[in-house]
Amino acid sequence: MLQRLASPRTGGLLALAAAIVLLPFLLSNSYFYDIAILVGLNAIVCVGLNLLIGYAGQISLGHAGFFGLGAYGSAILASRYGWPPLAAMLTTTLAVAALAFLVGRPILRLKGHYLAMATLGLGIIIFMVITTEDKFTGGPDGLSVVPFSIGEYTLRGERLWYWIVGALLLFAVWLALNLIESPAGRALRALHSSEVGAEVVGIDAARQKVMVFVISAVFASVAGSLAAHYSGFVTPGKVAFFHSIELVTMVVFGGMASTFGAVVGAAVLTTLPQLLTVFKDYEMMVFGAVMMGTMIFLPRGVVPSLGRLLELRRQGAASRSDPRT
Amino acid sequence: MSAQFMQYLLTGLTVGAIYALLALGFSIIFNASHVINFAQGEFVMIGGMAAVSLTAAGLPYLLAVPLAIAAAALVGLALEKFAVEPARGASVVTLIIITIGASIFLRGLAMLVWDKNLHPLKPFTGDTPIAIGGATILPQSLWVLGVTLAIVLALSWFFGRTLLGKAMLATSHNRLAAELVGINVRMVLFLSFGLSAALGAIAGILIAPITLTSYDVGVMLGLKGFAAAILGGLGSGMGAVVGGLVLGIAETMSAGYLSSAYKDAIAFVIILAVLFFMPSGLFGKRGGERV
Repeated sequence: MLQRLASPRTGGLLALAAAIVLLPFLLSNSYFYDIAILVGLNAIVCVGLNLLIGYAGQISLGHAGFFGLGAYGSAILASRYGWPPLAAMLTTTLAVAALAFLVGRPILRLKGHYLAMATLGLGIIIFMVITTEDKFTGGPDGLSVVPFSIGEYTLRGERLWYWIVGALLLFAVWLALNLIESPAGRALRALHSSEVGAEVVGIDAARQKVMVFVISAVFASVAGSLAAHYSGFVTPGKVAFFHSIELVTMVVFGGMASTFGAVVGAAVLTTLPQLLTVFKDYEMMVFGAVMMGTMIFLPRGVVPSLGRLLELRRQGAASRSDPRT
Repeated sequence: MSAQFMQYLLTGLTVGAIYALLALGFSIIFNASHVINFAQGEFVMIGGMAAVSLTAAGLPYLLAVPLAIAAAALVGLALEKFAVEPARGASVVTLIIITIGASIFLRGLAMLVWDKNLHPLKPFTGDTPIAIGGATILPQSLWVLGVTLAIVLALSWFFGRTLLGKAMLATSHNRLAAELVGINVRMVLFLSFGLSAALGAIAGILIAPITLTSYDVGVMLGLKGFAAAILGGLGSGMGAVVGGLVLGIAETMSAGYLSSAYKDAIAFVIILAVLFFMPSGLFGKRGGERV
């Protein structure tokens, strides 16, 4: 029992749950709640994206596109056409999943930089459609969104949203951890190390890659829908190329192939710009420098690097306490 | 050939030549290091903005242009030394983030050194349009085409005839083998960033009189240059030139005949369509993955 609790899976989930429950004691006003909710929504996207980048080893520089489709799909269906928000969100999610499935197969045949280019292109095309079709999307000005409601009940207020996003993040992490431990997850890791090798042992690499691409797109789309309803407004900024880069940076910063790393990365890089506002004119330079610096000095990401450090210390302590060495 | 078609073709060739210069920069760095340098567009910006400042300070073009190119080349060398070299052996995604971080840093720096405004650069030789077959072309466009042609010829001489060029080519084929025959691979890597930055700066100076320049001009140009390099096939010099010209012409034609709202999206639609059928671009290396 204790052993199971200490396993990274159960232990990590418990630690995350504890963090989510305890965090409100530190959140003294609604501004902090607002940032915590943004962290949670970004973390959901990153947990999905990490499955694709960290485990399956496929790059995507266009996930802000899926986030944006989720946000705008919900916004347009619920606000312009008066759909119930839940139905709008489910329809949008299904549509995004279908799109990811359709483009996934030809795109994921590509490798390395060619894949980076194709996903980048996909994201930019989505961005341009959203900024140009202003009859539906409001163009660069954005679109206001009705609050999320189920039947008569309307979800309002930062505190309520905090618990909803927190619960969903926990659910997303649980799903991701289960997937990683399942045969499908092992297949993904196998094709990360060698695609040919994986195919030789009977893994349908193309199918596995498309599956994880669709899953990561769905995570991003749901987070996008929720973000739209929560903030009551959508703008093309969150669909832009730069947001895709931010998402990838969160995943790599936290540590590739570490689900909790993705959460840590989302937390750090979502709060960082808030802290950097003190640098005023230098904000952009400092942000760029932080991006470069962490990737140069911690290329494996924060969480795996820390884990390795702890491991080394433990080994060091063990060898010191052993009189024979 | 209608005059309108001719006009779009000339405009497309001019834009395409700029994309080709950028794509060549991407390919040179990729060949030497297998890094995609997402800061390539910033060299265009540095070249253009530096030329604007230097000419505004009263320097003649003959002095301002080489100085602006040198400034960009120095930034390129510094980028290699302080950001790419320390991260050797990192994964593709990590290197992408490093160069994007560098591009954000450089843009932030440019915003401080200069400002957020659009700046014009005086055309090299007047701005009286020249009539060709019912269409007109700006003298500056002829400069763009002429200089690009000269650079392509110079590069093919450099890579085909000089020892340094051949060393760079050898490194791109097989790094270890190149090292074994005594090529200083690290130096090749270092120089490739300087050369690419210089090419980017030349593109930036050439295009500034036509499209104006500003601190963020490199974002879209960089992405288009990358698209051109991928379209032609990464690492292929000929592919970079063809990819650039094809993108430039396709973009202008579709903006003219179809919809100008989606002008910037065309490049990416084309690239997706080509990659669906030719996963390594038009002239990229075919063949399987090494196991």
